[in-house]
Amino acid sequence: MSGLYSQHLNRPWLRWVRNGLIALVLILLAAATLFPIYYMIVSSFGAPVEAGGASYSLFPTTLTLDSYKFFFDFSPYSARWLLNSLIVGVITVLGNVLFASMAGYAFAKIRFKGKRFLFFALLCAMMIPYQVTQVPLYMLMVNSLHMDNTYAALVAPTFVTAYNVFLCKQFMSSLPTEIIECAKIEGCNQLQIYWKIILPLSKTVLAVMAILTFMNSWNNFFWPFLMTSKDYMQTIQVGLKNFKFANTTYFAPMMAGATISALPMFILFFSLQKYFLEGVTIGAVKG
Amino acid sequence: MKKTASLNYSTGKKWRLTGEDMWGYAFIAVAMIVFCVFTVYPVISAFFTSFEKYKPLGSTFVGLENYKTTFSSSLFYKSIWNTLVYTVFTVPLSLCISFIVAILILPFKKKVQSLFKSMYYLPAVASGVALSVVWLWIYDPLPTGLLNSLLANFGISNVNWLGSSDTAMFSLILMALLAGHGTQIIIYLAALLGVPSSLFEAADLDGATFLQKVWFIVLPLVKPTTLFLLVTGVIGSFQVFMNAYMMTGGGPDNATTMVGLMIFNNAFKYSDYGLACAQALILAVVIAAISLLQFKLMGEDVEY
Repeated sequence: MSGLYSQHLNRPWLRWVRNGLIALVLILLAAATLFPIYYMIVSSFGAPVEAGGASYSLFPTTLTLDSYKFFFDFSPYSARWLLNSLIVGVITVLGNVLFASMAGYAFAKIRFKGKRFLFFALLCAMMIPYQVTQVPLYMLMVNSLHMDNTYAALVAPTFVTAYNVFLCKQFMSSLPTEIIECAKIEGCNQLQIYWKIILPLSKTVLAVMAILTFMNSWNNFFWPFLMTSKDYMQTIQVGLKNFKFANTTYFAPMMAGATISALPMFILFFSLQKYFLEGVTIGAVKG
Repeated sequence: MKKTASLNYSTGKKWRLTGEDMWGYAFIAVAMIVFCVFTVYPVISAFFTSFEKYKPLGSTFVGLENYKTTFSSSLFYKSIWNTLVYTVFTVPLSLCISFIVAILILPFKKKVQSLFKSMYYLPAVASGVALSVVWLWIYDPLPTGLLNSLLANFGISNVNWLGSSDTAMFSLILMALLAGHGTQIIIYLAALLGVPSSLFEAADLDGATFLQKVWFIVLPLVKPTTLFLLVTGVIGSFQVFMNAYMMTGGGPDNATTMVGLMIFNNAFKYSDYGLACAQALILAVVIAAISLLQFKLMGEDVEY
């Protein structure tokens, strides 16, 4: 592939041996990385007994779904936590795909006064650690607006993120301006240009953005934790935390809970791998 | 298009908004409202709150009291120290591991590369809560705990990994180092694939060894990537919260209390919002200063 490695053109067997050894090292390292996940899934099929009597086997000795049942029996809202995570995730994705792409298009292609300043302000916002905004946002939502335990409160702060606006702007800047000029001459207004030209051309980047946004929303713990004092509004991550602190000695059920919280993301990852992997580099290269 | 616009400006009609302007504002409206309410307002509010003592029935202005309390509290310095230790041991090492793995993945065909990328990225898909729960049990202090029973095979006696102040921080660092570097590996790999092969061909003609090629060609060329990963890694590490909160609660004896957890405790455990805001602002300044320092030290010949 790359010229960094010698191709050993005169002795191809040497290349095979070398690549075999490298692959072996990589597989061993990957095994170490993947081990906690393997352990989590395997142990989740154990019996829901207190840890003193449990055995931490590396291989499945029993195969029962009792621990999953134990987790769902823990709270009457266990299943609803999953639903809440899904609802919050979907609304967040819709908000970001629609409004971040609109803002991204405006910042990339529309000439309006104050554009540079506003975009610069957005960039600065990405540098602010979340701890700074957390306390005032909490006071705003809970003390002033009394919006805690609502979906609106869970979604609102990430409904359009500066990062996603930035991503869209980066991508849309690379689209040829000529198409837009042509469309204008044909009599399209900006909304039509956005809807009929820009959106179809940005499908891939928006898909990547949607997936990463959904993953971040699903895995987000801090904000839902602050916003949900009521069981029935909690997301799966908050629920798992409650379960952990309430059942400190139940090994297998805790693993079952962790598996439940992670499994939807694993399924999504395996079905949309290409987009996930693309998403990692999309924000980093030329960032 | 361009001409008419510049004409407008030169004739002094600066503040007349054109149709194009209105479209621009309409398109960014929602994003800007969210931005103002959920970023600009909280930042300003945090600034004012940091000069107040919070009381349920109206806060009182206390001047610099919160900042004074912060700088005279030993826990503040301890948490900064813990954060620094955690950062110094996790971020550079994790960069090294990622770089080496990316180099190792490089010689394979595209399909095999993707396979390895997926394997290394998978842990990043699981939530921090789930991973913390799993590691909590790996570090189970009983002799039957996974890590303890594994080490018993090598004659190492039982360790109370998270419960003893000697090993608690080490345990969190080990977890961070083993929990996966998928994102960084993928970013490094993308940078490596961008190195032009003509450079390697020239080096081959000069008889350069593999390590020489890595040292003199690859490392300088991926320096912007390294800088990017270093800065984002340090920023992330300074805000770390989940592992300490879920696994040790900051203990034992605050051995794993890091800045993120300290601010969280002050705000949501002790309801001392003013103090928490003051500390969060200090954290923001520290992070900004460290990022700038990194750019200055490393970024002189990096173009962006």
